[in-house]
Amino acid sequence: MAGHFEPLPGGGAAAPLDEVEISILRSLAVQLMELIGPGEEAPEGEDPLAALFTDGPSEPPSDPALARLFPNAYGGPDEVPDDATHAAAAEFRRYTENDLRARKREDALAVVRALDALGPVGGSGGEGAVDGAVLRLKPDESRQWLGALNDLRLAIGTRLEVTDEDESGELLRLPDSDPRKPMVMAYLWLGGLQESLIETLTA
Amino acid sequence: MDTVSADPSATIALRSTRCALSAPVEIERPESSEAPAEVPDPDVPWVTVVHNDPVNLMSYVAYVFETYFGYSKGKARQLMLDVHHKGRAVVSSGTREEMERDVQAMHGYGLWATLTQDR
Repeated sequence: MAGHFEPLPGGGAAAPLDEVEISILRSLAVQLMELIGPGEEAPEGEDPLAALFTDGPSEPPSDPALARLFPNAYGGPDEVPDDATHAAAAEFRRYTENDLRARKREDALAVVRALDALGPVGGSGGEGAVDGAVLRLKPDESRQWLGALNDLRLAIGTRLEVTDEDESGELLRLPDSDPRKPMVMAYLWLGGLQESLIETLTA
Repeated sequence: MDTVSADPSATIALRSTRCALSAPVEIERPESSEAPAEVPDPDVPWVTVVHNDPVNLMSYVAYVFETYFGYSKGKARQLMLDVHHKGRAVVSSGTREEMERDVQAMHGYGLWATLTQDR
C-alpha cells in the first residue's frame, strides 16, 4: 500500500511512494529545515572553531512550533516557574539547544537526501514504477526518518492547533473547503507513515 | 594461594545466586514513585517526567521508552499509558546530571520532558 513502510529482510524498511507523495515529503522536510534554522557552520571567513564555543539561546523560541520542538527542560505545564526554575531552564537551553537543532536538521536532511536518491520520478523512475519509486531505508536511515516524521507532525500539529487526542477526529471531518484541509491530510498521512515505520522497527 | 583455591562450591552458589537475581530483571531503573520520601539523600531525588501531548503517537512514545531506557515492552507500554491517561509519568530517576541527559534525549526524540527534584 502506498505510503506505508514494510520491514526489509535483514533490517531497514521500504515504502512505495508516488510522485506526489515524494514531492510533498520533500517539500515538508525542506520547510522543517528552514523552520529549525541555519546550521552552526561558521559564516565565510569566520573561525569554524568559534561555533563550538558559541552558547545557544537562553529563552524558548517565540514560534509555537519551534517552542514545541525545543521545550523547556525545567518547569512542567502546571507549574508557574519561579526564578530558580527559569534560570535552570535558561542554562540548560544554552548548552543543549544548538545540538538539538543540529540533530533535527540532520534528520530532515536525511529525508531530503533519501528522496533525492530516488532519482527523477515520473517516467523512467527506478524500480520500474511509472510514476513513483520504492524508497529503501537502512536501519540508521529508518531512525532518522522516524525522528524527522515525528518532528514534522509536531510542527504541523502545533500549526493546526491540535490540542487533544479527540481533535484528530474533528480534523478528519473538516469540509473540503476549509483552508486547513490540505495540511490536515498531510498530517494524517504522515501519522500513518510514521506508525508503519515504527512497526518495522519493533517487529 | 589459599584464596585462589577457595571452596569452588561457594563460587558456584554465588554465581547462581547472581544469575537468579539478574535473569528476570528487565533493565529497570529504580522507580522514584515508590517511596522516594524516605530517602533523605540530597543527591538522588531527581526525576524525568514525560508529559502528554496530542501529537505524539502512542506507539512512538512506547518505542522511545523501550529504545532509550531499555525498558521491557510491557513496562514501556505501561509508562506510555500513564502519560496518556494521567497526563504525565515519571520515566527515570537519578542524579540531576543523569536526568538532564535523559531529558535532552527525550527532547531529541520529540517527547515533551522536564526534570524536577522529587520532593
